[in-house]
Amino acid sequence: MAASSARRDRALLLAGPALLVIVVFMLLPMAIAAVYSFLTPDPYGGVLHPFTPASYVRFVYDRDLDDQLIFDTTYLQIFARSVVQALFCTLFCLLIGLPLAWYMATRPPRLRQVLVLLVTIPFWTNLLIRTYCWVLLLRDQGLVNQVLQALGLIKEPITFLYSDGAVQLGLVYSSLPFMVLPIYGALEKVDPRMVEAAYDLYADRWAIMRRLVWPLAWPGVVAGCLLVFVPALGAFLSPDILGGGKKLMIGSLIQQQFTTGRDWSFGAALSMILMIFVLGALMWSAWRRTRIGVAT
Amino acid sequence: MQTLTLGRPAEPHSLASSDSAVTSPGPLDAMETAPRAEVGTRLVEVQGVTKAFGAGPSAVKALDDVSLTIMANEFFTLLGPSGCGKTTLLRLLAGFEHPTSGVILLDGRYVVDDPPNRRPVNTVFQSYALFPHMTVEQNVGFGLERQGVRGPAAAERVSAMLRLVRLEALAKRRPDQISGGQQQRVALARALAPQPRLLLLDEPLSALDLKLRRGMQVELKRIQRETGITFVLVTHDQEEALSMSDRIAVMDHGRVLQLGRPQEIYERPVCRFVADFIGEANVLPGSLVGLATPFAAIRPERVMLAPVSTAETALPGRVVEVTYLGATTSCAVALDDGPIVKIERGDLPSPLLPGQAVHCLFPAAALLPLEE
Repeated sequence: MAASSARRDRALLLAGPALLVIVVFMLLPMAIAAVYSFLTPDPYGGVLHPFTPASYVRFVYDRDLDDQLIFDTTYLQIFARSVVQALFCTLFCLLIGLPLAWYMATRPPRLRQVLVLLVTIPFWTNLLIRTYCWVLLLRDQGLVNQVLQALGLIKEPITFLYSDGAVQLGLVYSSLPFMVLPIYGALEKVDPRMVEAAYDLYADRWAIMRRLVWPLAWPGVVAGCLLVFVPALGAFLSPDILGGGKKLMIGSLIQQQFTTGRDWSFGAALSMILMIFVLGALMWSAWRRTRIGVAT
Repeated sequence: MQTLTLGRPAEPHSLASSDSAVTSPGPLDAMETAPRAEVGTRLVEVQGVTKAFGAGPSAVKALDDVSLTIMANEFFTLLGPSGCGKTTLLRLLAGFEHPTSGVILLDGRYVVDDPPNRRPVNTVFQSYALFPHMTVEQNVGFGLERQGVRGPAAAERVSAMLRLVRLEALAKRRPDQISGGQQQRVALARALAPQPRLLLLDEPLSALDLKLRRGMQVELKRIQRETGITFVLVTHDQEEALSMSDRIAVMDHGRVLQLGRPQEIYERPVCRFVADFIGEANVLPGSLVGLATPFAAIRPERVMLAPVSTAETALPGRVVEVTYLGATTSCAVALDDGPIVKIERGDLPSPLLPGQAVHCLFPAAALLPLEE
């Protein structure tokens, strides 16, 4: 008994730093945000004490001149737009990332290491700078337009920037490694001997893909989709810089509340709503997965 | 004896009990030291197969003009050190590799161009290569499913297979929830389920500990008997080969050096390599023991020790080392003529001390003349 409790103590000690980080840098700020979301904004930034659910009410209602509450979908639209944007981003990343990961995982080991390095190279530079680089590439006098004009394909520069497409491009660009790496990790573990065994047991290419490779890649695909979808939902760099802030996204909206908007309570309430949505989606997908797991 | 639903019936005249010494050699039996009688049919014929990896001058010949015949119903073993080409030959039989030249016939049909999924040949892999996301049951049923056997017929066969390898209780487990020995048996059941004509086993026991390995040797032999399927085993463990096989092909450097029943190979090795590789052997210059051949081999258990010279072939020497092994005692004697002879017997005179002067007796009947 003493030994097992000592082992438990040691396990606790090892987990200590991680627990500390989670509590101090995640749970605590979340708790603060939760509290702030129910307080009254101070017009000079920060919050005042009167306790009120006003910030949550504001998400779906507007007050007219007579101080009457009217149903208002402005913020819901922003929210829905962000969800759609993030879903498309996930889809595009999957369409590009899955074949790429398969290609990488089927190369010889030495080449694989190089390819993984190449995928991670973008992380060496700050995302803000990389996003501005896209501005330089895409603007009217940017590299892309110059090349197209030099090739004689177009006469007048095409306006790429400040469009939904540009925002989507920036999102996909910044999220792609998070899709590729988990799928690659899952595919890399598929033992070639296993493929041989399936081949030996009368499976053709298609059957090997369907019965062996895809089920083994699936956890990587799920992880990749989560890692892309969740950050894309709250992204504000790409919508701000490449979208020119023309169409507000939930991430930009939250950011605004804490900077120019000076409505910390509303910002906190928005992040709580976003978080609850994401958690709900995660729990739903986890529940679905366990149900499928039982079924098969 | 248990009757199995998977069975072509076991041949009444099993090769294990047949005497292989009397027959006329067929053209394909050139490599066999003792061509066998017409028992069973020829299942696999490998004719002049060469497999080179790489191209041009840097090409490495993994197999060099190998010819052999495997009979239906036989437990056939490819034995040799690592890199001798035995695994390459197995992969050629399975269809994972294509020979550089030569012919492979299965049931008289040319199969060289058939991919693995079109050959009635299944493999038990050294690493087992079980599918981690499937249960034991699903693993065993995989080949059947691919063959189009479904529903109750498939379920019945799967449970028959699991009974055969004694794993009924673990049908719903996943591979990572069972032990190495159990995984091994799942791999065996999975490969047997589609009723292949030929079952290939690539060092199947090498990952098991000694005790499990012994048990599995007996199991494998039993399963081979009960199913009547031809087994081709690849191993570097001579003891395993001797105890399980009907016939053994000893390989080195991509060639078959000797092919025959275990007893023949042990008692009449054709060269130094075989004598040395199968069991322990003292290889001495032929002239030393009065033989005309360049070399002679003698097993450690056949050398006798005598304190004084009692026969012409007795050679003087000194004891270098004595190890008591329980049932036997092993000792090394440095002959005055140079070579060191290893002796292992239960009837060595005691006490036997290092440095003691002795004479080694090599009974003429125990000497194995070797040409090379």
